[in-house]
Amino acid sequence: MDQTLLALLNARRRERRAAVVVTNLGDGSSRLVGDGDRLGDDPLHVEIAAALRSGKSGVIEKDGGEIFLNVHVPPPRLVAIGAVHITQALIPVAATAGYDLIVVDPRTAFATPERFAGTTLLADWPETVLPGLGIDPYTAVAAVTHDPKIDDFAIVHALQRQAFYVGALGSRKTHARRRDRLLAAGVAEADIEAIRAPIGMDIGASSPGEIAVAIMAEVIEAFRRRVIDTGSAAP
Amino acid sequence: MTDRTLEAQDVLAVAERWAADGRPVALATVIETWGSAPRPVGSHLAIDGDGLFEGSVSGGCVEGAVVSEALDVIADGRARVLSFGVADETAWRVGLSCGGRIRVLVERIG
Repeated sequence: MDQTLLALLNARRRERRAAVVVTNLGDGSSRLVGDGDRLGDDPLHVEIAAALRSGKSGVIEKDGGEIFLNVHVPPPRLVAIGAVHITQALIPVAATAGYDLIVVDPRTAFATPERFAGTTLLADWPETVLPGLGIDPYTAVAAVTHDPKIDDFAIVHALQRQAFYVGALGSRKTHARRRDRLLAAGVAEADIEAIRAPIGMDIGASSPGEIAVAIMAEVIEAFRRRVIDTGSAAP
Repeated sequence: MTDRTLEAQDVLAVAERWAADGRPVALATVIETWGSAPRPVGSHLAIDGDGLFEGSVSGGCVEGAVVSEALDVIADGRARVLSFGVADETAWRVGLSCGGRIRVLVERIG
């Protein structure tokens, strides 16, 4: 692989843009095709488009030769709304699972660099910072402030941007009230159904550390078992 | 955090950095798996001219063999595809004992 191609690929990956490295296994030559490139004239446009949609890498046969399509889709990341104790516990858990963690909380008493050393911490309202984060189908959003003034916007925004996971802290009673608020705000019933609440896989978690593990487990499951659109039918 | 993760742990970022530093680099990539292969298709292992490596293409079973092959790839610049599996003598010796089979592309960066 050409050094320039590798640099271009890494630049795209940093920008959270999908790309496919197309390698001819016969002669070892490679080229880079990106999300958003015009695929119309590409002899492999059907295969590349399918690979970009599915996110699955693999070898294909073409004209008697083998071609490897290595798909690079953005790594999943976790946005936590609320710089609370659970979120502090999420720092090492998310890192272990390979997720970048971004913490958002407008309450400066919670969102202190001391409590979140080494983590991306945005001490501002979700309304202000979330649109700039580019929430996408590779992003999970966990709302854990317990405060509708902070959580609700983030939840609705994450649903609109098709985050692969939207979780919200709070009891069933709290969630029932949330449900009423979101319905009143015009959020579709099916979208509300997609919210994971009470948050976290049901492992009887109690301490902040345990709840962090339960949230992470649920996020991992949501990502690994997400339904992949293969493009066989129009949505 | 994204940048730090990319720079510190990401195999492709490591390979890019090594190459930019003028070190000879080979990149190994899992291109096919069958059975209970430990690392999925697309996984990378970067190897430099001294045999230093970052990343993985298996659970540690075949890395040694891939690294020694990578040094040949660095030397002659010719990409190759290696196969490892329980049915394969070499693989048995290097120990892909998990029961899986994998194919690995090894190519030079440059």
